[in-house]
Amino acid sequence: MKALTFTLVAEPPERLDLSLLTAERLAGIERRDFEKIRIGMSKHGSKVGDIFRVAGNNLLDVVFEGGSARLDRVAEGMRGGSVRVVGDAGAQAGRAMRGGTLTIEGNAGPHAGSGMRGGRLEITGNAGDHLGGPLAGELAGMNGGVLIVRGKAGAFAADRMRRGLIAVLKGSGDHPGSRMIAGTLVVAGGAGEMPGYLMRRGSILLDRAPKSLSPSFVECGAPESVFAALIDRHLIAEGILKRPLLGNAPQRYGGDNAVLGMGEVLFPR
Amino acid sequence: MPNVSVNGIVIDDTFAEAFGMRATAIIITAPNRKWARQAAVTMTGFATSVIGCGCEAAIDVELPPSATPDGRPGCRVMIFAMGTDELQKQLLNRVGQCVLTSPGSACFAGLEGSAALKLGSALRYFGDGWQISKKIGGRHFWRVPVMDGEFLCEATTGLTKAAVGGGNFFVMAETSARALLAAEVAVAAIGLVPGAIVPFPGGIARSGSKIGGKYKGMIASANEAYAPTLRGVVRSELGADINAVLEIVIDGETNDAVAAAMRAGIKAVIELGPKRGAVRISAGNYGGKLGKFIYSLKDMLP
Repeated sequence: MKALTFTLVAEPPERLDLSLLTAERLAGIERRDFEKIRIGMSKHGSKVGDIFRVAGNNLLDVVFEGGSARLDRVAEGMRGGSVRVVGDAGAQAGRAMRGGTLTIEGNAGPHAGSGMRGGRLEITGNAGDHLGGPLAGELAGMNGGVLIVRGKAGAFAADRMRRGLIAVLKGSGDHPGSRMIAGTLVVAGGAGEMPGYLMRRGSILLDRAPKSLSPSFVECGAPESVFAALIDRHLIAEGILKRPLLGNAPQRYGGDNAVLGMGEVLFPR
Repeated sequence: MPNVSVNGIVIDDTFAEAFGMRATAIIITAPNRKWARQAAVTMTGFATSVIGCGCEAAIDVELPPSATPDGRPGCRVMIFAMGTDELQKQLLNRVGQCVLTSPGSACFAGLEGSAALKLGSALRYFGDGWQISKKIGGRHFWRVPVMDGEFLCEATTGLTKAAVGGGNFFVMAETSARALLAAEVAVAAIGLVPGAIVPFPGGIARSGSKIGGKYKGMIASANEAYAPTLRGVVRSELGADINAVLEIVIDGETNDAVAAAMRAGIKAVIELGPKRGAVRISAGNYGGKLGKFIYSLKDMLP
């Protein structure tokens, strides 16, 4: 079977909700009706056929050929298979995904990987604010899986993260790992102000000393750490990093003691 | 009996008889080889025989840094017991008292088995609330704060029900020194076989036993047929030329591992030759009625 390919014909005239174009949501729809699915979010009411040229029929191998910052909610809730976006994606890409792989070969908007529970989301460009974070009113952000941003991430990356691994490779905006509940956030390339602000538990791993930390973080020494060796090896084995991030005895800060205080910020000395 | 002779060493036409056991394995790592071995040797102390120790345990193989999960030198340790509950108890007691306490140590699962045994998921309580759970690439670890940093321990390890205990052979020599040398070369050869351990002191048992005894409550007692001092007194298995017998007892992860270990050990004894080592090789059994696994010596020849 050939990959189900949605080729962008022209820049969309409105924001699009692509959450209907996942294997799970398309499964009950006849292939010939795909073009008639309404995805426009304004009075234009664009249908799939107005925006994309559709080819192929393999629901477990979906490709969006050509991207736009207006392509919202790509692969939302996907459970398996693979989705590839050749170009940019809009807001909430891979939101609440539970399995499979989503690759965005471009930039992603805010809330990429929001609340994801499993699977692997890789963004080769930059990601917007609230990477993996919860939407307004939700109690927890990312809850499992692996989220890799090869470029930069915006502010509040890994907000309220609870489980899983987020890796940002070219630096993040302010407050990465804010309000973290648990899980692991890796930021290489420099983090913005006050990483781990109000984090309860979890690990924030940096490739250099943070430029600022909330005063409610305390210095915890730099004993030898098997965990650091293990995560370094894992990041290299997974192809996320090329060289070790932390080394064998990283500097540790514990916090945020304004809340539970069982989190940590680690970086090489 | 039509015994055969290989390289001048008589091979008895008999067999070793072994039993099914439960086994698990862990990988212990440390900052260097010395301390990885120290933790492993300590936790496998007093673990020669299930008769009195609750389990049989020893280092299976030493692992180079490239073969361990954290890139430090390590040892794979195997533990064997008759039942799952006893194995679980022995595992936690030994890792908790001997590996957790050893400087710089970390502990990982060493076996993917049919079921899981608790490891870090029980030892984590030592952290008194400061322990940290981490999932890395589908594996679950606990980080427990200790005085030299953290004790990192995988949450569970595997259990196998296909393990075999009690594979064995006897090396029989004209002097104690020759018997010891023959047994030592056998142990060294078995050390290279993955998945098999020799749990007795240095891998060698000098008090091979028979089941039961004349005194009430004795599970095992002197195997007088193989005791040279009783050669003229009892119905002895020893000829006039034998003055020392040593037993190599082998536990293996599988039937194949025990057979491979027996082959490797017997090959080493045969290569050593009768002038420096053993003049005869035999094996212990219970007539084939008790054990599920039979290793005929003639099938174990190189």
